[in-house]
Amino acid sequence: MRINCPYCGERGSEEFAYHGDATVTRPRDGGAGPNAAWIDYVYLRENPSGLHRELWYHASGCQSWLVVTRDLRTHAIARVELARSVALARMEPS
Amino acid sequence: MGFSRYSIFSVIAEALRGHSGWGPAWRDAIPAPKYDVVSVGGGGHGLAAAYYLARHHAVGRIAVVEKGWIGGGNVGRNTTIVRSNYMLPGNAPFYEWSMKLWEGLEQDINYNAMVSQRGVLNLCHTDAQRDAYARRGNSMRLHGIDSELLDLAAVKKMVPYLDYKNARFPIQGGLLQKRGGTVRHDAVAWGYARAADRLGVDIIQNCEVTGIRQQAGRVLGVETTRGFIGAGKVGLACAGHSSQVAAMAGLRLPIESHALQAFVTEGLQPLIDNVITFGAGHFYISQSDKGGLVFGGDIDGYNSYAQRGNLPTIEDVCEGGMALMPMLGRQRLLRHWGGIMDMSMDGSPIIDKTPVQGLYLNAGWCYGGFKATPASGWCFAHLLARDEPHEVAAAYRLDRFAAGYVIDEKGVGAQPNLH
Repeated sequence: MRINCPYCGERGSEEFAYHGDATVTRPRDGGAGPNAAWIDYVYLRENPSGLHRELWYHASGCQSWLVVTRDLRTHAIARVELARSVALARMEPS
Repeated sequence: MGFSRYSIFSVIAEALRGHSGWGPAWRDAIPAPKYDVVSVGGGGHGLAAAYYLARHHAVGRIAVVEKGWIGGGNVGRNTTIVRSNYMLPGNAPFYEWSMKLWEGLEQDINYNAMVSQRGVLNLCHTDAQRDAYARRGNSMRLHGIDSELLDLAAVKKMVPYLDYKNARFPIQGGLLQKRGGTVRHDAVAWGYARAADRLGVDIIQNCEVTGIRQQAGRVLGVETTRGFIGAGKVGLACAGHSSQVAAMAGLRLPIESHALQAFVTEGLQPLIDNVITFGAGHFYISQSDKGGLVFGGDIDGYNSYAQRGNLPTIEDVCEGGMALMPMLGRQRLLRHWGGIMDMSMDGSPIIDKTPVQGLYLNAGWCYGGFKATPASGWCFAHLLARDEPHEVAAAYRLDRFAAGYVIDEKGVGAQPNLH
């Protein structure tokens, strides 16, 4: 499996570290809100059998965090984005 | 009509008539409109649960529905190792009960599963690791499980062919569980299927569950590719696809699916007469009765539903093997394959009721599912029949994550790819 890093180009997956589902979001209440949101964030996962948005860290490369969209049935990668751009887009009021 | 009971006499009689009289080991059942209990998933755990339900609990009619064929899933895709060298209170009694069930399995189900208590040796390579193994061994003994801490001389005597000159990962000793070993995995699936069938369980193959029908928070049955099957109770034992099937009932699980690869070399003369694990990496090896060296290592490390893995993990596993036994470099791989593991967030399984009445969950086995097969089936049957957990599986609750009672044997937190 090869991941097309926006900065470094296509590199082997062994250069990257995996950090799981990129769609879960950390609650911003600092623990003040209901527990359910934290439990969902820390433990519960959609775990889809198909396209999955996930966090990869280019540890042996440019050290940037990426959001990779990958088909879990075939390992085919549909899209690679910078995690920073994804996070900024999420913060923008729509 | 085949023999209802396998024995030396049936083997001799069949040998004399050219093996023409063996019947199928189980019926190819046609689904009935309704059952009292339906087990979704005809893997080891689902079959064992159906068998123990039929054997020890009066619950009425039981069916096992399987999307593929019996023995085609993870029960036939593992490295066949059984052991109970667990440390934590929530785990140790459960795996030890499993070990005890393995010890009596063949007589119980009248099937030769080639249970071989050849010993499982975990090697240690640092002082800290030896301390950790001493602690684990003591914890095991406190739970009534056999364990022996071996020093270097004892390890050398037991397995003289390892690389004892490795400067980077010197072997310092090991923790041995003599009662651990291997079991022929296909025979476990076939044996449980045959034994359950003989007690009247319908085993329905090529029948994929596509939905779970409920009414007012209560399960009514399962929609399948072979029509609707009504059920008083439904037990899910779907391994790597637990999240998908549970989602049909609106549940979101603390599980990620990951691929684990396993390997077998071409057949060799007898060489390794026990199970050995390399402690400085993740590598475990044994030799099958056919002669092939069977080994494995870590999961690939990222979510996957592809029953095949990637090359960097193969390289990593083989490096672990070479550091332990350089002679492995001369062997040729015959086959390698992948299975999809239901990796839970704390590395421990779930055997529990769900918020849907009549729906029960058996999942999160990570890559330790095979050794747990008998106890998992036993405890799931107990839960399905009595609506309360079996005492050795009482810690495997679905709500333990929310409640803070995680059972993290490896101590790495909510990171399924690290367990």
